[in-house]
Amino acid sequence: MSTQTTRPAPRLSRSRNDRLLGGVCAGLARAMGLDPLIVRVAIVALTVAGGTGALVYVAAWLLLPEEGSDRSLAQSAATDRGKDLGEVLAIGAIVLGVILLVRSTGIWFNDALVWPLLLAGVGLAVIWRQAGAEDRSSVLRVVDRLPRPGTAAPPLDVRSRRAALARVALGVVLVVSGVGAFLAASDAFSAVRQGLLATAGIVAGLALITGPFWVRMGRDLTQERRQRIRSEERAEVAAHLHDSVLQTLALIQRNADDPRAVVTMARRQERELRGWLFENDQELPGADTLAAALARAGEEVEGLHGVSIDVVAVGDLPLDDRLRALVAAAREAMVNAAKWSGDDTVSVYAEVRDGAASVFVRDWGAGFDPATVAPDRHGVRESIVDRMARHGGHAVVRSTQGEGTEVELRI
Amino acid sequence: MTVNNRPRVFLVDDHELFRSGVRAELGDAVDVVGEASEVWAAVEMILERRPEVVLLDVHLPDGGGRAVVQGVAPHAPEVRFLALSVSDAAEDVIGVIRAGARGYVTKTISGPELADAIRRVADGDVVFSRRLAGFVLDAFAASPGPSSDPDLDQLTAREQEVLRLIARGYPYKAIAKELVISARTVETHVSSVLHKLQLSNRHDLTRWATERRLI
Repeated sequence: MSTQTTRPAPRLSRSRNDRLLGGVCAGLARAMGLDPLIVRVAIVALTVAGGTGALVYVAAWLLLPEEGSDRSLAQSAATDRGKDLGEVLAIGAIVLGVILLVRSTGIWFNDALVWPLLLAGVGLAVIWRQAGAEDRSSVLRVVDRLPRPGTAAPPLDVRSRRAALARVALGVVLVVSGVGAFLAASDAFSAVRQGLLATAGIVAGLALITGPFWVRMGRDLTQERRQRIRSEERAEVAAHLHDSVLQTLALIQRNADDPRAVVTMARRQERELRGWLFENDQELPGADTLAAALARAGEEVEGLHGVSIDVVAVGDLPLDDRLRALVAAAREAMVNAAKWSGDDTVSVYAEVRDGAASVFVRDWGAGFDPATVAPDRHGVRESIVDRMARHGGHAVVRSTQGEGTEVELRI
Repeated sequence: MTVNNRPRVFLVDDHELFRSGVRAELGDAVDVVGEASEVWAAVEMILERRPEVVLLDVHLPDGGGRAVVQGVAPHAPEVRFLALSVSDAAEDVIGVIRAGARGYVTKTISGPELADAIRRVADGDVVFSRRLAGFVLDAFAASPGPSSDPDLDQLTAREQEVLRLIARGYPYKAIAKELVISARTVETHVSSVLHKLQLSNRHDLTRWATERRLI
C-alpha cells in the first residue's frame, strides 16, 4: 500500500500513551504494525515458558527510549548515576554470592528459570531507581488495580461498585484457575513447583490482559471525582458570594443616602470576606485568644454603633477567665467610645508583655471630665473599673474635654 | 517640595478602580504625574518622570511593591516610597519597608489622612500606621540572640514608647505632648526605628514576618 511505504518507519520506542508498565509492548507492536495485545500475550507466554519474556521486556524497557525522548533509561543511568556504580556493583556481588550459595546447597529450581528472572529483577530495580514520575506512576497504578484483601470499601457510587464486583470476580477466576493448574500438575510431588509456576503465570497473564480495562476505569473515576470536587468548590464560592457580598452590595445601593450605614456595611463585609478568603482552612478565628476575641468584640461594636474600630495587637495569649473579663471590659469601653465620643474611629491596642496584658481604647472625640460624671451613671464604674478590680486588674480612664478619652485596662 | 507646595505623586496599583479612587480622593492636594499597573512599566515611568513620592501597592504581580523599590532606588535615590496595602500581611509590609519604603498605610485610610501622609513622606519624614507600629513592636519584642550589631538589633526604651503610642492611636503631636518632647524628636525616633527596621540583620525579623500570616 502506498500510504504505508511513504510513511516513515516508526522509530522503535516505548509508547507514552498506551502503556501498562513501561509501554514496551505497545511500542514494539507499533513498530511491527501489530495489535499491542498480541505482543503482550507473546511476552507473557515467553515469561511463563522459561522466563525469557520477562528478560526481553526488561531489557527493552531499559534500552528503548521513551517516545519523544532520545535517551533510554540505560543511557541516562550510565551518564547520570555514574557515582552510584560502586554501590550497585557491591550489592550485585552480594546477591550473586547468596545465589551461588543457595545453588550449592541443592535447593534450586532450574537454571533456565532463575537466571532470566534474576536479571529481570535487577533490571526492574534499575528502572525503578531511574524512572521518571510517569513510569513510576504507571507501575503503581497497575499495582493499585490488583485485588487486595482488607482494603476499605471505596466510596459507593455505581462505577466503583461495578469495579469492585469485577475485581472480586477476577480474584475468583484467578484462584480457581490457579487451584486447577495446581491440581493438574501435582499428581507427582516433583511437579509441585511447576504447578506454582503455572499459577503465577496465569495470575500475571490475566493481570496484564485485563490491565487496560482497570487502568481506563481508574482514570475515568479520578477524572470524574476531580471534576465533581471542582464544581462543588465553585458552587461553594458562588453561594458564599451570593449570601454575603451581593446582599451587602444590594443593601449599600438601597442605603446610598446614609453614608454612615454604607461605611459600616462595607467594612463589615470587607472583614467578613477577608476572613473567609484568608482563614478558610484554619480554625475559625473564634474567641480563643486575646487578640482574636478583641477583634471580634471590635467587629460587634462596629456593627452595632456604626463607627470604625481598628484593633492592633502585639503578642497574644490564650483566653482564660481573667482575659475574658479584660475583653468584656474593653468591649464596654469601645461601646462607650462609640456612643458618646462623637469620633468615628476608635483605636484599640492590646499588648502582652512580661506576663501582663494591657488594652488601650482610644478615641479623639468630645471627652469628658471624669470628676463631673453623675454618680448614677454606673456604666464606667461597674462594668469597667469594678470588673477589672474583681479579676485582679485595674482600669484607668483618662479624658480631657475636647481631646478624647483613653481607657487603659491592665490585668 | 515643589514650588506650589503640591507633592508630585506617582501611583502604582494593579487595580484601575483603586487608582481612580485615590486620584479622586486626593483631588488637588497633590499633583499626580502618572500611574502604572505593573512592575516594569512602573520602574520605567518613575525613572523618567522622577516624582517625589510613589504611592505603592504592596501586592503586584511579578514581584510586588518590593520589586518596584528595588528597580528604582539604585538609579533615583531621591524618589520616596509610601506603601499602601489592603492585605496587612506582615511579611509583605516588612518586606516592602525593608526594601526601602518610607512608610506604610492601609488602603482604608481617609483622603485627607493620605494626603497628609504623602506630604510628610515628601518632606523626608516617616509614616508609621498603627498597624506597622504594632508589627515592629512585635518583631523586635523577642530577645535578639547573638547579634552582630546590637545598636541596630534593638529598640531603645524611648523608641518603644513612641511606637506604643502610635499603636495606641496617638498622632505625633499628641505623642510629643505625652512624652514631653518636641514633635521633631518624635520624628527622629520614628526615623531611627525605620532605619533599624531596614538595616537590622537580626534573622528573627524575617522569620517573624513569615510566621505571622494575616492579621
